[in-house]
Amino acid sequence: MLAKRIIPCLDVKDGRVVKGVNFVGLRDAGDIVDNAKYYNSCGADEVCFLDITATHEGRKTFALQVERAAKELFVPLTVGGGIGTVDDFRTMLLAGADKVSVNSAAVKNPKLVSDAAEKFGSQCVVVAIDAKRVGINGRGEGIFHVFVHGGRIDTGIDVFDWACEVADRGAGEILLTSMDADGTKCGFDNELTGKVANMLSIPVIASGGAGAPSHFLDTFNAGADAALAATLFHFRQLEILDLKKYLRDNGVEVRL
Amino acid sequence: MMITVIDYKMGNLHSVMNALSFIGAEATVSSDIADLRRADKLILPGVGAFPDAMAALEASGLKDEIIAECRDGKPLLGICLGMQLLFEESLEFGRTKGLGLIPGRVIPIDAKGLKIPHMGWNSLTHHCSDKLIDGVADGDYVYFVHSFRADTTDEYIISSSHYGEKIPAIVKALDMNVRGAQFHPEKSHDTGLKMFRNFADIK
Repeated sequence: MLAKRIIPCLDVKDGRVVKGVNFVGLRDAGDIVDNAKYYNSCGADEVCFLDITATHEGRKTFALQVERAAKELFVPLTVGGGIGTVDDFRTMLLAGADKVSVNSAAVKNPKLVSDAAEKFGSQCVVVAIDAKRVGINGRGEGIFHVFVHGGRIDTGIDVFDWACEVADRGAGEILLTSMDADGTKCGFDNELTGKVANMLSIPVIASGGAGAPSHFLDTFNAGADAALAATLFHFRQLEILDLKKYLRDNGVEVRL
Repeated sequence: MMITVIDYKMGNLHSVMNALSFIGAEATVSSDIADLRRADKLILPGVGAFPDAMAALEASGLKDEIIAECRDGKPLLGICLGMQLLFEESLEFGRTKGLGLIPGRVIPIDAKGLKIPHMGWNSLTHHCSDKLIDGVADGDYVYFVHSFRADTTDEYIISSSHYGEKIPAIVKALDMNVRGAQFHPEKSHDTGLKMFRNFADIK
């Protein structure tokens, strides 16, 4: 049986790992290659690097750092941040990434998802969706909109419609971040995650809100195929191996 | 001992090279027939569609050379699509002839409602012993990404996984030093690195 995946995410700025709390207030958490080595050895099933550098120079530094980190990583590597064109996909894949995640640029130009999937295969196209609860419908269910540019701009697009569209366009996976839960450590938004995971035939990675082992158990039970966290792992508040033992003891299949 | 990773422009070879360099194996990437002849061992990687891959191998003359080297006893490891190419034919996008080094064909996974592709970490069940899986325990996890699978008989299957149905994970030829892995050893952490070490040690 397929194991549920635990994915540490590293925000990278100018080649250094940082982590935003509610997307502002960055704290330095070290060198990208050291982090790659650490997560490779401690039970991560996959590692995600998110480039939050805004400059062209910074992006070039990021690609070089990805190349260095890939030499130390023998689990799949997903990279994202500032991906805007098919050429950006190629640059990252050649640097050693296995999957590339695209966010705002896909909203602006949905064809990018189909073009990248056709060119490199669906397995390496991850669409990242930043979702925020904007209301409640007549049936008492949450209404969620897609936000872009680090969660600052409401596109007005319904998250469930968007998830279906990118899946139809050939996305291989959805990285679904709840803007409401992110940074709270109160648990993943499982109404959001469960609904997207159960309506799609591609894997969904739950993101935002992880604070305790039970949060991972809940989101896997809700239907998530993988779960991502950043601060929790960076600051060693939770060791991945301990988390996996807890999940296994609670009937979740994990790679141990 | 020199391993040549065969480059036929299907997918990224960096990860395989990173893994080989990490275990200290001497390896080169090449599409040159002379390099394949000189090599002690061959790795046939590959990501993409079966018909494109066979067309690329035929156009470059690599197909006949690979078959000749394998018949000559040279060890070869196929990875992912490279493993599927070892079989007689594939039904991906029509019907395409493969290298024909292992009896069987390549067909779509019947995942019985599970998500396709079969992507992620799945566990191995061993059916026989083999040098490639020395030190790899029954139940060890490896990383898969694929939508098609080998359809062959048990005698050619070293290990399998389960995803809706039995998925041949490691296969072998009976009369040649040819093996294939459906998963990505280069992304399968210590278990995958162990298999590369075992492959490097195969005589």
